[in-house]
Amino acid sequence: MHIVVCIKQVPDSDKVTIDRETNRLNRAGVPSIINPFDENALEMALQLKDKHGGKITVISMGPPQAEEALRTALSHGADEAILLSDRKFGGADTWATSYTISLALKKLNEPVDLMLFGKQAVDGDTAQVGPGVAHFCGVPMITYAKSCEVIDGGYRVQQVTDQGYNVWEIETPAALTVVKEANELRMPSLKKKMAAKKAEIPTWGAAELQPDESRIGLSGSPTKVNKVFAPPVKVNKEILSGEPREMVKELIFKLRERKVL
Amino acid sequence: MSKEIWIFAEQENGHVAGVVYELLTRGRMLAEKSGYTLCAVLPSAAGAPLHQELFNYGAKKIYNLEDPKLETYQNDYFAKVIHELIEKEKPEIVLYGATTIGRSLAPTVAVMGWAGLTADCTELDFDVERMILLQTRPAFGGNIMATIICPDHRPQMATVRSNVFKKEKTGEDERGEVVNVAVDLSGVKERMKRIESVVEEVNTIDLKAADYIVSGGRGIGKPENFKIIEELAGALGGAVGASRATVDAGWISHHHQVGQTGKTVCPMVYIACGISGAIQHLAGMQSADLIIAVNKDIDAPIFDVADFGLVGDVHEIVPELTKQINAYKN
Repeated sequence: MHIVVCIKQVPDSDKVTIDRETNRLNRAGVPSIINPFDENALEMALQLKDKHGGKITVISMGPPQAEEALRTALSHGADEAILLSDRKFGGADTWATSYTISLALKKLNEPVDLMLFGKQAVDGDTAQVGPGVAHFCGVPMITYAKSCEVIDGGYRVQQVTDQGYNVWEIETPAALTVVKEANELRMPSLKKKMAAKKAEIPTWGAAELQPDESRIGLSGSPTKVNKVFAPPVKVNKEILSGEPREMVKELIFKLRERKVL
Repeated sequence: MSKEIWIFAEQENGHVAGVVYELLTRGRMLAEKSGYTLCAVLPSAAGAPLHQELFNYGAKKIYNLEDPKLETYQNDYFAKVIHELIEKEKPEIVLYGATTIGRSLAPTVAVMGWAGLTADCTELDFDVERMILLQTRPAFGGNIMATIICPDHRPQMATVRSNVFKKEKTGEDERGEVVNVAVDLSGVKERMKRIESVVEEVNTIDLKAADYIVSGGRGIGKPENFKIIEELAGALGGAVGASRATVDAGWISHHHQVGQTGKTVCPMVYIACGISGAIQHLAGMQSADLIIAVNKDIDAPIFDVADFGLVGDVHEIVPELTKQINAYKN
């Protein structure tokens, strides 16, 4: 069984702040991590491999330093890693990113049985690349997968929904996006950590993937950022301070005045 | 022929999802500004009743797509029929609820037609000079807002979560046009099949339906202190919410998470206790009618969106609030 897990390196968003003067992100010194939901996709792959054997390939598209995220994935137990990186890929929105990653999946020597993604990346929160790649690769896709078991000819997948859950049967090859409730990523082993440090990670760029260049990077992206701004501030607010009992008393008076209590 | 704005009319168990009416309400404003016609696109099983309510919330036209295979959501079938209808009718704008279904369908349809798609918009407006949709959403992990446009590709597509826009009817007996669309799914291979669908009873007051929500953040100090949050929520007959930080730290279940990656809520009163107010959190609650923030740091961004700010120690103020509300109610 060959499982491909697509991961994204993201800034640890809890530690990102904005400069209120310039509306720019203070990214300096903010550590990079594997997108947390992608860790659940990786663990799902590892558990399937524990049970059925096979191979796990991790793929990440990003700047050269995204290689670090791939090495981390190897240390947790993935077998091979490929970095998709090229200046030409820069500025890609979810459409162009989906297209580019799908070319890499099609280029792999071994046929892919299952493609796994985190349900979304915590920096963009779009949840679009998994479904996008699945369509470009021509495979059926289920979002928000909590569990996946191998059945004859495919997989049985539990999908978390807004009200509860669905159970699906889906034919192989298939694509799933994985939720946090699915599992927790195992610790890396020391042996694998050592091996991951020395692993050869090939970088595939436009030369390797041979894309339609009108469909990658900024030019392949239908959406553009028009402007970026800090959120609006409420003007008619009242700030109360002082002794808690008096403050609360005043608040309750005002809430009654507004008829919300 | 007039250009069109489409709202994907998602159904759950025969009922149109609430977010559809919210999108129609917002769609009316976009239609007015743009001069486009507001339409609903309604896939359903054959013989399902047409939904008068779609007209009552402002749709001028319903595209009615009927097929037994459209009774429940299946990504291949739905994406095919919506994509084909888009290719045929060429709408300018297509809006979807950011539900489990919308978040599967919209990205698939976007890729099929090389259309732009903006996820989880918190504001939609129309630029009449450039004649484009302005799609605003939190970006970069919710640390800043970004307005996204789609200048050269059509349709312009966006998903919006429920409770972001309010719904408002235009009347009870509104009329409109019904266009029956021929659907042919006979040649589509069934690559996946739903074999079970379960609605779970969640043993808490539904955050989305609550009039009062009391939320706790890192500032409450430790997981046990959610007790004071629960007590205040109990006194108000409301629900307990939580920030992403507390959920990520394992202090409380993710069912309680309010924010861009949790639930979007729109209560009458929202009380944020010890929550600093990352945009990620604000995106999920800033449309509440009234916001009260309790925080010891007067510079915390939560005070920027609050109607009432109480500066001080959460551990003193919150129990005091519970006490006085209980006294008032008795």
